[in-house]
Amino acid sequence: MTTDTRAARNGAAPDDEPDIVQDPSLPPTAVPPERSRTRWTPPKIALWAAISLLGGVAWVMLAVVRGETVNAIWFVFAAVCTYLIGYRFYSKVIERYITRPDDRRATPAETREDGKDYVPTDRRVLFGHHFAAIAGAGPLVGPVLAAQMGYLPGTIWIIVGVVLAGAVQDYLVLFFSMRRGGRTIGQMARQELGRVGGTAAIVASLLIMIIIVAILALVVVNALGESPWGVFSVSMTIPIALFMGVYLRYLRPGKISEVSVIGFGLLLAAIIGGGWIADTAWGAELFTLDRTTIAVGIIVYGFVAAVLPVWLLLAPRDYLSTFMKVGVIVVLAVAVIVVRPEITVPAISEFASGETGPVVSGALFPFLFVTIACGALSGFHALIASGTTPKLVEKERQTRFIGYGGMLMESFVAIMALVAAISIDRGIYFAMNSSAAATGGTVEGAVAFVNGLGLMGVNLTPDMLTSTAAAVGEPSIVSRTGGAPTLALGLAHIMQQVVGGTAMMGFWYHFAIMFEALFILTAVDAGTRVARFMLQDTIGNVFPKFKDIAWRPGVWSCTAIMVAGWGSILYLGVTDPLGGINTFFPLFGIANQLLAAIALAVVLAIVAKRGRSYQRWLWIVAAPLAFTAVITIWASIEKIFSPVPAVGYWAQHNAFQDALAAGETSFGTAGSVEAMEAVVRNTFVQGTLSIVFVVLAIVVIVASVLVTAKALRDGGGENHEDPPVASRRFAPADVFTTKAEKEIEKEWAALPPGERPAPTGHR
Amino acid sequence: MTARASDVARRVRDGATAVRWYVRQVMGDDAYATYAAHQRAVHPGCDVVDEREFWRLRHAEQDANPGARCC
Repeated sequence: MTTDTRAARNGAAPDDEPDIVQDPSLPPTAVPPERSRTRWTPPKIALWAAISLLGGVAWVMLAVVRGETVNAIWFVFAAVCTYLIGYRFYSKVIERYITRPDDRRATPAETREDGKDYVPTDRRVLFGHHFAAIAGAGPLVGPVLAAQMGYLPGTIWIIVGVVLAGAVQDYLVLFFSMRRGGRTIGQMARQELGRVGGTAAIVASLLIMIIIVAILALVVVNALGESPWGVFSVSMTIPIALFMGVYLRYLRPGKISEVSVIGFGLLLAAIIGGGWIADTAWGAELFTLDRTTIAVGIIVYGFVAAVLPVWLLLAPRDYLSTFMKVGVIVVLAVAVIVVRPEITVPAISEFASGETGPVVSGALFPFLFVTIACGALSGFHALIASGTTPKLVEKERQTRFIGYGGMLMESFVAIMALVAAISIDRGIYFAMNSSAAATGGTVEGAVAFVNGLGLMGVNLTPDMLTSTAAAVGEPSIVSRTGGAPTLALGLAHIMQQVVGGTAMMGFWYHFAIMFEALFILTAVDAGTRVARFMLQDTIGNVFPKFKDIAWRPGVWSCTAIMVAGWGSILYLGVTDPLGGINTFFPLFGIANQLLAAIALAVVLAIVAKRGRSYQRWLWIVAAPLAFTAVITIWASIEKIFSPVPAVGYWAQHNAFQDALAAGETSFGTAGSVEAMEAVVRNTFVQGTLSIVFVVLAIVVIVASVLVTAKALRDGGGENHEDPPVASRRFAPADVFTTKAEKEIEKEWAALPPGERPAPTGHR
Repeated sequence: MTARASDVARRVRDGATAVRWYVRQVMGDDAYATYAAHQRAVHPGCDVVDEREFWRLRHAEQDANPGARCC
């Protein structure tokens, strides 16, 4: 078959770049290729040599030298230098060979501009929007849990993983969604992979959303259980958000920054007030709640929040959490860069090879790569990078800065969180992160358990635990699993050296708990709404009435179903006799990474269909896809088939069922028949979910491989991009404006006002 | 000396303006201004709703089409 007939059959010849005729009366809309070439001047070469050298030295300090201690500043240098090199060189390779953006082409924001959803947005502003939407509690939690394997495996995965996988996924999904008018990843899957693959992708993302919400909620519950200070200050976020909502609706509409500053002030007051109230007898009594009560509270809250109008609770809390995100980055960066704590945690710990780590079970391969999802590679980002952000991109070439750069930023937050968490004493780390099933929840039990682990250089005393708890204003820090309390302690430990001394440790601890809770509650609320929306849409295909989003019974019943979905998993996690986080967290990571595999599989098919000259570079997508597919399917298989009860859900399930059948009344850490039955039930749910996830992901990957193989044979495939339209505006591509871009900007500025497109910059 | 001082003052002011602009843009304070400018420029004949109404409609739209927030 000749190329011509194939092109005719497929509707388009994707290899050929379309000819775009620019309006000759306008200045250039893109930097001409001959002016965008980098000239490698000696200072520039020296700069990049210095960055490479510093990065190399930092890696040597972390990975090879590893003395008794290692200074935290090497983590910062290793991360930042690697990011800079990845951004400057690798993302440009992707740009040149895979995405091939063309600034002469108008983006959806320009062609469909409506002043609301489609708005050409300044690249640095959009970077802020995008970052606020992708970053949350995830990068703050996973690295903390993975620290049980030592600092090095997590550090390598976060930094190398983001450059070669996570940022690649975010960038490519953003770019291809932009070329398709902002289509979602589910819509792209259906279009590119066919009905089976597409449907599996949509079902998988719905289920994954539910599991992610459940486990994030579990993190909050664990941070607030038996903590009157935490419960008070976090519950105060609700009236604060309601106040902000009313303020914006009725008093001063649109004054978002103003109300956020007020809200932030109230938040600080709530943290300080929480300390006082937790000190009083009535306050301690009123706000000391057990985990089950808090879980029920969050489930009820989740339902109410998701059916309330957006303006009342979700939107104002979202403003507050955007505001806090900036605060968190500043606090983390100050904490690590100014204080530069010495790290005594070993590079690779005793638990890296074994399967019996008390924090999360399983060996480094594959479980490190599912414990740390956000920060290295996060499939959830595909839902954000398709949908909202692509509708706001001003120029095509900016997607590299926004997509790739935004994910590098999240990775940096993850590294900072890792460093903060490993700066605390290792004995305290294990006392906090081993489940109550292991420690018994008491100081004595924790000391006996942690010292019994036989870790080098760990000698925990009861006094260390009680005095640390007193310093942060908590009744106890034993078995505060989930990662959030550990990070909070690390942060408090470092920040008190900058501001306030030990007297302020309680404040900093609860400041950290507060922002993690705020991010998570926003994700819970938004996730419930999205899941409800997807369900309504699906049921609506059978009963059209359900598609009507103003029809209350439909909204309420679908919300209730979704809340029941994540709520029941949360409840199982909270009441789990085996501990909760250590058995449930792997599901979160596996779900997130399988979503990443799905997103990369969709991208793989898209790139292969673009034509032969793209297919030579397909490995840029295929390599991270193969890696995440192998590692996550491997982890799933271990979770399903491993004979080690601590690792395999079904092995645990069968062990407990056999014990019950044998008439035993206690088994392992389960002290009663009810507890044993709970384990049997929980492992059944976990095991079933593992199977469903992995099957759905395999369906999508197989569909993608088939489509890709066909495209490879045919030398291309159908092109689903929006038809190209000539752009009528110009904007720089990267964070800094180049000389050539400045000259073109000047030409645009010289145009008479009537002929200029509306400016989005501030000058 | 005074020329230098005023130069510094001007740079500080420019910097503060840029920071203020950035915060307002990221937080969304300027969303109404963007919309109103768009309406006047592109649809001169149409009505431009007032700021209160604009936010009502925007929130109603968010109610109808929820967007995800990441973990």
